[in-house]
Amino acid sequence: MRAIITVIGKDTVGILAKVSSKCAQYNANVIEVTQSILQDLFCMIMLVDLSKLNEPFAELADAMTQLGKEENLSIHTMHEDIFNCMHHI
Amino acid sequence: MINAYDILETIRMIQDECLDIRTITMGISLLDCIDSDIDKACEKVYNKITTCAKDLVSVGEGIEKELGIPIINKRISVTPIAIVSAACKCSPVKFAIAMDKAAKAVGVNLIGGYSALVQKGFSAGDMELINSIPEALACTERVCSSVNVGSTKTGINLDACKLMGKIVRECAEKTVDKACFGAAKLVVFCNAVEDNPFMAGAFHGVGEPDCMINVGVSGPGVVRAALAKYPDADITEIANIIKKTSYKITRVGQLVGQLASKRLGVPFGIVDLSLAPTPAVGDSVAHILEEIGLEQCGTHGTTATLALLNDAVKKGGVMACSKIGGLSGAFIPVSEDAGMIDAAKSGVLCIEKLEAMTAVCSVGLDMIVVPGDTQADTIAAIIADEAAIGMVNSKTTAVRIIPAIGKEVGEELDWGGLFGCGPVMPLKTASASKFINRGGQIPAPMQSLKN
Repeated sequence: MRAIITVIGKDTVGILAKVSSKCAQYNANVIEVTQSILQDLFCMIMLVDLSKLNEPFAELADAMTQLGKEENLSIHTMHEDIFNCMHHI
Repeated sequence: MINAYDILETIRMIQDECLDIRTITMGISLLDCIDSDIDKACEKVYNKITTCAKDLVSVGEGIEKELGIPIINKRISVTPIAIVSAACKCSPVKFAIAMDKAAKAVGVNLIGGYSALVQKGFSAGDMELINSIPEALACTERVCSSVNVGSTKTGINLDACKLMGKIVRECAEKTVDKACFGAAKLVVFCNAVEDNPFMAGAFHGVGEPDCMINVGVSGPGVVRAALAKYPDADITEIANIIKKTSYKITRVGQLVGQLASKRLGVPFGIVDLSLAPTPAVGDSVAHILEEIGLEQCGTHGTTATLALLNDAVKKGGVMACSKIGGLSGAFIPVSEDAGMIDAAKSGVLCIEKLEAMTAVCSVGLDMIVVPGDTQADTIAAIIADEAAIGMVNSKTTAVRIIPAIGKEVGEELDWGGLFGCGPVMPLKTASASKFINRGGQIPAPMQSLKN
């Protein structure tokens, strides 16, 4: 199972590091990252492999949401299937 | 990897435009619970519902978390209780109590199927059930009821229309202390569908499998936001934009249905691709029509824009999903739609226009508050009118109107939550009693002779 983590918010130092270290903590393997900065808005999309996750998916999702609150970012962790089904025939 | 623009679009649809899965509804057949001893039958009903649906809520919440999309309601529909209770030969209120108890035990917010199908006449159990509806809805919290009084194949049972006019009033009278909420849990249908996942009209038809999962999607806010990006598009382009949006919404419904079906070990029934509004800001069907170009919903042009919307939603959705069913179209419940509430309050949206709208969209006169002194025969005549539209157009129509006992035009009923609030809308005062009291059956139209 793979998930997509999106991070949107004001650009600050160390966002990528914080999100990826959280992934490491849950044993989620980062496969691909794209990021862009539009004016001062940071937008990162991360594809992660969850097949060796050491906790249930829901806990990772909650931890990411919590990290988002602490860092004043909007972080969403969603199964990749929702994007595949919506945008691919 | 998936295109970044697509990912952000999906997130925006969910976060900002109120995209959600409106309901996962588990249909459960109660045919194997029939027993001439009502207490035994009720015990079987309770046991079957709590066994089949024991994981429904937790599975729904798991999918919600995994996909990151809210699933607002988890619900249950059952075999029309008139069929299950026929052998008991007594008032079936105990079944409603058992259903309510089971719904609370498994944690679903509504359970539908306290129903009777009397489009061609009353069989054993039907009359007892219909007469017990006011009490059943008053003494339970989560039970919903529906009665089918007509169909294209059979015509309209005018005796049933008359009876239901009285029952709707009684439901409101018995629940005056709860803002007449009883009547909001009762739907009178023509051409009722057997796999509808939406309440209050959901029931599990006798031709359905023992247990199945149906999904109702939503997303009026997404459609409105998509249209807002093209202020100068011509109407053909508008239809295309709606189709594309509907496709995306329905795909998510299909995914949720498949996941739920797999995890619950229950066959996947259908996706009902309806645009179901809520009173929340940005979740209104009326606002889509206004985005297309009406100053306010209910004015001239409303029927045409709604017809286009309803058709485009179906065309987009039908390719997105392997099995479509239920009501599938745009819903126009007045009290549950912020734009409709405003339009009704300002007087632009009146009941006659709503009636016209029901000829081109998926349901009927839905969640409309009428004056408290409305006579039962007038309600019966409204039911007959609406059933006639359904019968002639070979479509489902329904009446869910709430007589606001003790209130008149200018006042309102407020239930809060998904049911919203509705202003009392004026009705014609000239009587239709003579017509209603003639009784009998309105014959099926020529459209019924298709064989």
